[in-house]
Amino acid sequence: MAETVALKLTAKDFKSDQEVRWCPGCGDYAILAAVQGFMPELGIPRENIVFVSGIGCSSRFPYYMNTYGMHSIHGRAPAIATGLSASRPDLSVWVVTGDGDALSIGGNHLIHALRRNVNLKILLFNNRIYGLTKGQYSPTSELGKITKSTPAGSADSPFNPLSLALGAEATFVARTIDSDRKHLQSVLRAAAEHEGSAFVEIYQNCNIFNDGAFDLIKDASSRDEHLIRLEQGQPITVGGLNVVHPEGSFGLKVQEGGTPIVHDATVDDPAYAFALSRLSGSDLGTTPIGVFRDVRRPSYDEIVRKQVLDAKTQATGTPEEMLDGLLNAGDTWTIL
Amino acid sequence: MPATEKRVEQLDRVVIRFAGDSGDGMQLTGDRFTSETAQLGNDISTLPNFPAEIRAPAGTLPGVSSFQVHFADYDILTPGDAPNVLVAMNPAALKANLADLPAGADIIVNTDEFTRRNLAKVGYAVSPLEDDSLAEFAVHPVALTSLTVGALADLGIAKKDAERAKNMFSLGLLSWMYSRPFESTLRFLERKFAKRPDLVAANKAAFQAGWNYGETTEAFSVRYEIKPAKMRSGTYRNITGNQALSLGLVAAAVRSKLPLFLGAYPITPASDILHELSKHKRFGVTTMQAEDEIAAVGAALGASYGGALGVTTTSGPGVALKSETISLAIALELPLVIVDVQRAGPSTGMPTKTEQADLNMALFGRHGEAPLAVIAPKSPSDCFHAAIEAARIALTYRTPVILLSDNYVANGSEPWLLPSVDELPDLQVEFATAPNTSDGRFLPYLRDPETMARPWAVPGTPGLEHRIGGLEKADKTGDISYDPANHEFMVRTRQARIDAIPVPDLDVEDPAEGARVLVLGWGSTYGPIGAACRALRQRGLNIAQAHLRHLSPLPANLGEVLAGYDKVVVPEMNLGQLASVIRARYLIDAVPFNQVSGLPFTAATLESMLEDVVKNG
Repeated sequence: MAETVALKLTAKDFKSDQEVRWCPGCGDYAILAAVQGFMPELGIPRENIVFVSGIGCSSRFPYYMNTYGMHSIHGRAPAIATGLSASRPDLSVWVVTGDGDALSIGGNHLIHALRRNVNLKILLFNNRIYGLTKGQYSPTSELGKITKSTPAGSADSPFNPLSLALGAEATFVARTIDSDRKHLQSVLRAAAEHEGSAFVEIYQNCNIFNDGAFDLIKDASSRDEHLIRLEQGQPITVGGLNVVHPEGSFGLKVQEGGTPIVHDATVDDPAYAFALSRLSGSDLGTTPIGVFRDVRRPSYDEIVRKQVLDAKTQATGTPEEMLDGLLNAGDTWTIL
Repeated sequence: MPATEKRVEQLDRVVIRFAGDSGDGMQLTGDRFTSETAQLGNDISTLPNFPAEIRAPAGTLPGVSSFQVHFADYDILTPGDAPNVLVAMNPAALKANLADLPAGADIIVNTDEFTRRNLAKVGYAVSPLEDDSLAEFAVHPVALTSLTVGALADLGIAKKDAERAKNMFSLGLLSWMYSRPFESTLRFLERKFAKRPDLVAANKAAFQAGWNYGETTEAFSVRYEIKPAKMRSGTYRNITGNQALSLGLVAAAVRSKLPLFLGAYPITPASDILHELSKHKRFGVTTMQAEDEIAAVGAALGASYGGALGVTTTSGPGVALKSETISLAIALELPLVIVDVQRAGPSTGMPTKTEQADLNMALFGRHGEAPLAVIAPKSPSDCFHAAIEAARIALTYRTPVILLSDNYVANGSEPWLLPSVDELPDLQVEFATAPNTSDGRFLPYLRDPETMARPWAVPGTPGLEHRIGGLEKADKTGDISYDPANHEFMVRTRQARIDAIPVPDLDVEDPAEGARVLVLGWGSTYGPIGAACRALRQRGLNIAQAHLRHLSPLPANLGEVLAGYDKVVVPEMNLGQLASVIRARYLIDAVPFNQVSGLPFTAATLESMLEDVVKNG
């Protein structure tokens, strides 16, 4: 974990000198402002923070953060960040990605980073569309989505990103919304405190190619009926209905009456968080936001570092002496 | 073991091939014989040849695994063209290797395996031991299996374990025949089976029985001696290319004082480098077995970005997958070493066979104008120095470097004169620690005027926070730029900085001076080309040899060298990839000579081709 020290940084310190080039009205602006506003809370010097991204609209993010940053290639940010994090435990490494970047071309790296529990904070901006390539359907678009590449409607079913992350053994899984700055920052806070991989899905509006995708859970007129706010230790309810675990069922159900279950993100069995993740389908009918799962498991970085440190501790001699020993190991012979 | 009273003949060189089923332990047998031979001070060169299948059906031709060792009382360059001795553990091993034997060769066969069933498996209607099909060879039938089982009868070993020790019987016999010192093999057996004292005893007894068999029976009347070779003084060990390459990377880490980060995905024939490096964590080596080839290079690049020596090791199919990330590394101008242990392609091809057909991919196989440095080792032990050179270029010039090894050097072995650590190049780098403009700004793409390298400012350095990426960067500032003139400048600069990497001039070997034909090679063909040239010169023909280690950039004097000959011949284990580069770059009518059989050139093949060129133009 990056060292925490008392610093007098403000959001302004995290703004780079680069002109932000997202479309006017893009949800990415709100996320950027929320992240820049949250960063001072971390108490980590700017130089020890790195943002690594892939390709897509969201992946321009590092250019706008006055930290270290790498805008890499499509889908590979988790792999690159893994090498960085595993070799530099003093850094706080953040991955910014999108639904196409993380779940389509980079799906393999995402699941393996989560499985290994690399000490990365992964922010997935999910707008359920390809924006930078101008409007093709994405792996989170609803079945039958009509786009430029699917005039007759898409034929493939979407991923539920949280279910996928949980299936990949993620130790921290959360969801938040671009427009709810307070909630977004509370989730970032929890993610930053988590040791190991933290996976945060951020619903983000693409006002050009998929405008209003999350209106159901954003608009004041409808959100109370559809948005479930998960809070640790609190009963889970939505619009006067309860989220219950019906006897004999494997999952959770929204219904009138019954005993609402009390949220506990620290439940070790991922089945609980998975059941929560299944409450929301493509139609966002009942969509939980907040921290679904937050459990502790040794991170890949910790294990790898320990192996190297143990080997170094047990070794004797200078590196040059050890190298000399290594070269001369085995059956040698000398010619005079 | 008592001294022999048999006739002793002196030889200057011998080539032995141990051949058997994949499960017969032929690689181990060959390895031990090599080690014994090294102890004696002969020069050595070895060539393992095995199928990709871990255990192909027993007794079949595809399941044959062999190990060839060439040793001599003078310096040799190849594992030998044709074996003088074949040890055939079954009919398949005999049939698969017979065509390579010259008349008069010794064949030691394990008669126990020449059953009707085993003969039928490989299409022998009649046992070749019983007709006269082997008349031109000196056949030594030995009941290797039953003799081994008999020798171990008193040890209370399970029959299966006893039978498995037959490779040690054959090693004992060959060690006797060629007067090899055997102490290192006995020590090896104690180490290998440390947890099974019964197997230590069994294998030692089998070895002893093989030795005694040679000494006491009449089947073998002659014992041979090969005097030590005159080699440079110093301490040696026998080493394969993959081992040497691994040690070179560790040495590079020590000499650069950087942590080494290896990202790798298992692939034949490169996996042994991952295995070897994973043992050396005490040097600050981190090895990551990634989820795929792309993640392997990505993680290595991420580690480089963080200030480590990032390395990824693979074979051709893996390089194809890594291509996009290598281009990113070129755009980011970060150090990265990519090791390609080439194998026969395309696609899965022949994973355990050799080829040099990835040269085009290494030089040109990326999108956009994406130049990088390419170097190739010429022999197993040279992999050590080539790895250090690759790291040196990567670190000094902040560029990806492709190291083109191949299966032939990777798995072949030879004696290695151990270098002293303090003679190895100093690879220390300076990270950027402060702003680099007079007005206190940090420009991530402001270049060092000498190396044209940009500053390596690693995360964690206060005041140098900056962003880099795959989008085109403005000169000096590194900001995103779509300016046409800037792109033109940056593309040309990326090429120019690779072209400007200083590499040693190409040396030409032409002892008699006055050769009109130059044979130009690169990588692992050094040995067979050298042996062919030597043979021609011994017959009074003049030929010049030059061998490229640096393929990008090419040595500055190459054009001049090429222009000095009437004819330039380029033998390659591909369809003429270097020859095409030479023709295009220097307008020289280079003559390609190509072999893509999955096997290295024999010296004889090259000798006869070159003789024709020298004599007939």
